[in-house]
Amino acid sequence: MDQLLQHGLNALMLGGTYALLGIGLTLIFGIMKVVNFTHGELYAFGAYMMYALVMLLGVSFFVALPLAIALGVALGALLELVLLRRLRGADIDTTMLVMIGAWIALQNAEQLAWSGVAKSISTPFPAAPLVIGPVSVAWNRVFVLVVALILIGVTYLLINKTKLGRAMRATFQDRDTAALMGVRIGNIHTATFALGSGLAAAGGALLGPVFVAYPSMGDLAAAKAFAVVILGGLGSIPGATLGGFILALVEELGAGYVSSGYRDAMGFLLIIVILLFRPTGLFARKERVG
Amino acid sequence: MSERAKPILAATWVGFLLSIPFWLDNPYLLHVLIVTGIFIIAAMSLNLLLGYAGQLSLGHVAFFGIGAYASALVSLGFKVTLFPDWVLVVEAKPVWLAMLAGMLAAGASGWFIGRIAFKVRGAYFVIVSISFVEVVRLVAVNWVELTQGPMALNNIPPLEAWGFTFLRKPANYWLVLGVAIASYVLIRRLVYSRAGRAMVALAENEPLATSVGIDVTRYLVLAAVVSATMAGAAGALYAHYVRIVDPDVFLFIYTVTMVIMVITGGKGTLAGPVVGGLIFGLLPEGLRAAAIAPEAQWIVYGVLMVLVVYFLPQGIVPALTKGRG
Amino acid sequence: MSPILRVENLLVRFGGLAAITDMSMEVREGEVLSLIGPNGAGKTTAFNAITGYLAAAKGDVIFLGKNLEGIKTSEIAALGLVRTFQKTSVFGGRSALDNVLIGLHLRARQTPLAILLGFPYVAREEKHLESEAEQVLRFVGLERRKDELASALPYGDQRLLEVAIALAAKPKLLMLDEPVSGMNPSETASFMAKLAEIRALGITVLLVEHDMKMVMGVSDRVVCLSQGRIIADGTPAQIQRDPEVIKAYLGERYRRAVG
Repeated sequence: MDQLLQHGLNALMLGGTYALLGIGLTLIFGIMKVVNFTHGELYAFGAYMMYALVMLLGVSFFVALPLAIALGVALGALLELVLLRRLRGADIDTTMLVMIGAWIALQNAEQLAWSGVAKSISTPFPAAPLVIGPVSVAWNRVFVLVVALILIGVTYLLINKTKLGRAMRATFQDRDTAALMGVRIGNIHTATFALGSGLAAAGGALLGPVFVAYPSMGDLAAAKAFAVVILGGLGSIPGATLGGFILALVEELGAGYVSSGYRDAMGFLLIIVILLFRPTGLFARKERVG
Repeated sequence: MSERAKPILAATWVGFLLSIPFWLDNPYLLHVLIVTGIFIIAAMSLNLLLGYAGQLSLGHVAFFGIGAYASALVSLGFKVTLFPDWVLVVEAKPVWLAMLAGMLAAGASGWFIGRIAFKVRGAYFVIVSISFVEVVRLVAVNWVELTQGPMALNNIPPLEAWGFTFLRKPANYWLVLGVAIASYVLIRRLVYSRAGRAMVALAENEPLATSVGIDVTRYLVLAAVVSATMAGAAGALYAHYVRIVDPDVFLFIYTVTMVIMVITGGKGTLAGPVVGGLIFGLLPEGLRAAAIAPEAQWIVYGVLMVLVVYFLPQGIVPALTKGRG
Repeated sequence: MSPILRVENLLVRFGGLAAITDMSMEVREGEVLSLIGPNGAGKTTAFNAITGYLAAAKGDVIFLGKNLEGIKTSEIAALGLVRTFQKTSVFGGRSALDNVLIGLHLRARQTPLAILLGFPYVAREEKHLESEAEQVLRFVGLERRKDELASALPYGDQRLLEVAIALAAKPKLLMLDEPVSGMNPSETASFMAKLAEIRALGITVLLVEHDMKMVMGVSDRVVCLSQGRIIADGTPAQIQRDPEVIKAYLGERYRRAVG
C-alpha cells in the first residue's frame, strides 16, 4: 500500500507537467490543426533558459522561472510569424514537413549551443525530502506540482473568461464564421502558438531543475504530449489535464510493477490502443475548446 | 523528351551505374554509394505509401528495422523464452532465406499498419505511426534475450548465393543496385496499373473513388504491405552489409531522412525518391568534406526542407519536368 | 416494370436532426425518375443514405432485391448503383483520361500479383481500358480534352467528366445529384439530350434537380420530398398541379401572404 501511495505521489508531479505539455499542444493542434513537432523543443528551450539564467547569469530561481516561460512565449510567437504565417491554407502534410524541418534545426541548434553534456540546474529548495508518514516527497517536486496547477488554472481562465479566449474558442469551432465575425485569425494563431509554446517551456523550466537538461529531452516530452492530447480529446483543457495525470499514473505503475525499461513505451502503447478503438481520441468532444 | 530516347537514356544511366566499382578507387565513397542505394530503396517504398497512396506514415523506419532485425536473427539463429516453459529455438538459416523472412516480417507489420491507417485518419495516423516505431524501438532495446538490446547483433553473416559470398564492397554495391532497379520497376508497374490508380484516387478524392467501386481497405493495405516489404528488403540488405544491427536503427531521425528524400525529390513521382536520395545521401559527405559539424549539417537539412516546402512544394523532379512540357 | 430500387420507411439523422423522417419510394427499371423538393428538404441526404455514405437509423433500401444495410459504399457501386456528387467531384490532379480510367476500375481484372510480376495480360488490358475510356469521353463529348488536367477544365466540362466517370463504372442505376447546377442554358439543353442517350443504353436514372424545365422535360416520373417524407408521386404533369407540392415550394410566401 505504501508503495502504491509513493507511486501515486510521484505520478502527481509528472502528471502536472504532462498536463501542461498536453494543454499547450491540444490548443495548437485543435485551433490551428497543426501537428506541432517543435513542441518538444520548446520544452527543452524552457529547461535550457533556466540553466542559462540561474547557472550562467546568476539570476534568482524564482525570477528566472517566469522569465524562462516568457522567453518560451516569445519564441513561440516568433516561430508562428516566421514559419507558419505563409502556410495558412496549405494542406496538412506541407505544414507537418515545415514543422519537422524546424524541429531538426532547433534541436541541433540547441545541441551546438549547449553541447551534448547534460546540464543540472540548482534549486533553492532543501535537499531533504518532506516526509509524511510512510511516503516522502522532495520539496522541488511539490513546487513543480503547485506551479503546474496554478498555470493550468490561469490557462483555463484565459480560455474561458477573457475576450481573447472567446475568440480562440470561436476559431476552434468554426474558423470561417469566426473570421466573418471580425476575429483576426492571424493574431489568434500567433497567440495560440505562443501560449502553447509558453506552456511547453514552462514544463521544461519546471522539470529541468528536477532532472537534468539535455538536447534530446524534447523528443520524449513531445511524445508524451501527443499521448495526452489523444487521451484527453482535441481542444479540451480538462481532458488534457486529466489525461496528463492518467498517463503519469500509468507510467509510474507500469514502471513499478511491470518493467521500468518499458516505462516510456506506456504512453505510446496507450496511444495506439486508444486510437484503434476510438479513432478520434478518448474523450473526444469536437464541439468546443476550453 | 521523345519516347524513343527514354529507354536509351535509361540503359545508359544503368550502364554507368554498373560500371562505377570498376573505376572508383575510393572504398569509402563506394560505401557511401551502397548506403545511399539502400536508403533510396527505402525512400522509393515510402514514396508509394506517402506519395501515391497519400498516407502520412512517419513510422517507415519501423519496417526497415524489422526487416533488418528479422533477417539478422534468422541468419544467426536465436533462442527465446516465450512463456515460462516454452523456449523457441530457431537454428541459423542461409542468408537468402533470412532475407525473405525479414521481408515477410516487415510486410506483416505493414499489413498491421495498413489496417490501422484505414481506421485512424490524418494527423492521428501520423501520431500512431510514430508511436508504433517507438514501441518497436523500445522492444528492441529491452527484449535483450532476443535482440541483445543496445549491445547489438554482431557478426551477421553476409549473403551467400550462387556459390558467391557478398562480402566485399563491389559485390554489395551490385547487389544493392540490382535490388534498387528491381524495386523501381515494381513500383513503376504498380503505378501504371489499376491498383496504382486506385491508390491515387483514394488519396485524392476518397468519396468519389468509393463511388466507382474502389475498396478503401484493400488498397490502403496493399500500399502498406508492398511498401513495408520493400523497406524490409532494404533493411535486410543493410543488416548483411554492415553486419551489425542495434536499436538505433529505429531512430526517428532515419524516418525523417527518408521523408526529406521523398518530399524534396518529389512525392508521387517515380524519379523523386531517387533524386532526393542521391542528394541527401551524398550531401552529408560534401558537408563533411567542408569540415562542418554534424549538428550544423542537420540544421542545414532542416532549413533546406523548409525552403523546399516553401518554394518547390511539389519537389525537385516536378519542377524540372514542368519546364519540358 | 419491376422496381430496381425500393426505399421503405427510411429514417436518417444528420447533424442532430431527423433529416429524413419517413421516406418511401421506388425506382422502376428503365425509367428516368426525378426527386424534387424545396431546399434543405434532404434530397442529398437521401442520396447519401441510399448509397451507403450515411447510415440510416431505420428503414430499408433494397436494390435489385438485395438489402443494402451495412454494405460498404464501394460494394454498393459494384452491385451497379453509382452516384455523382452535388459539389463538383473529379480527380483534379489527373488528366480527363485518367479520371475515366479510374472510373473503369471495376471493369478491369488485373490482380496486384499479376501487376507486380508483369504478366503480359496486364499490358493488354491497359490498352483495352484506354480505348474504352476514350469511348466514354467521346460519348460525353470530351474526347478532345482527354489529356487535359481535370481541374483545368471549364466548369461545364468538369460536370460532364463527372458523369463520364460514373458511366465508366457501368451502372444499372445511375443517381445524379444536381448534374446541371451552374450550367448555362445551352449546356443544360445538351445534357438533357445526353440523358436521353443514357436512358437508351438501358440505364435507369434517378435524378435530383432544381431546374424545373429540365425535370419536366426528361422525367417519366417525379417524386417530391418535403420535410423528410415523400408528399407526391406522379407524372410531371400531375406533379405540376399537385397542391401539396405547390404548398411545399411556396409554403413560406403563401403563409406570409395569407397572414
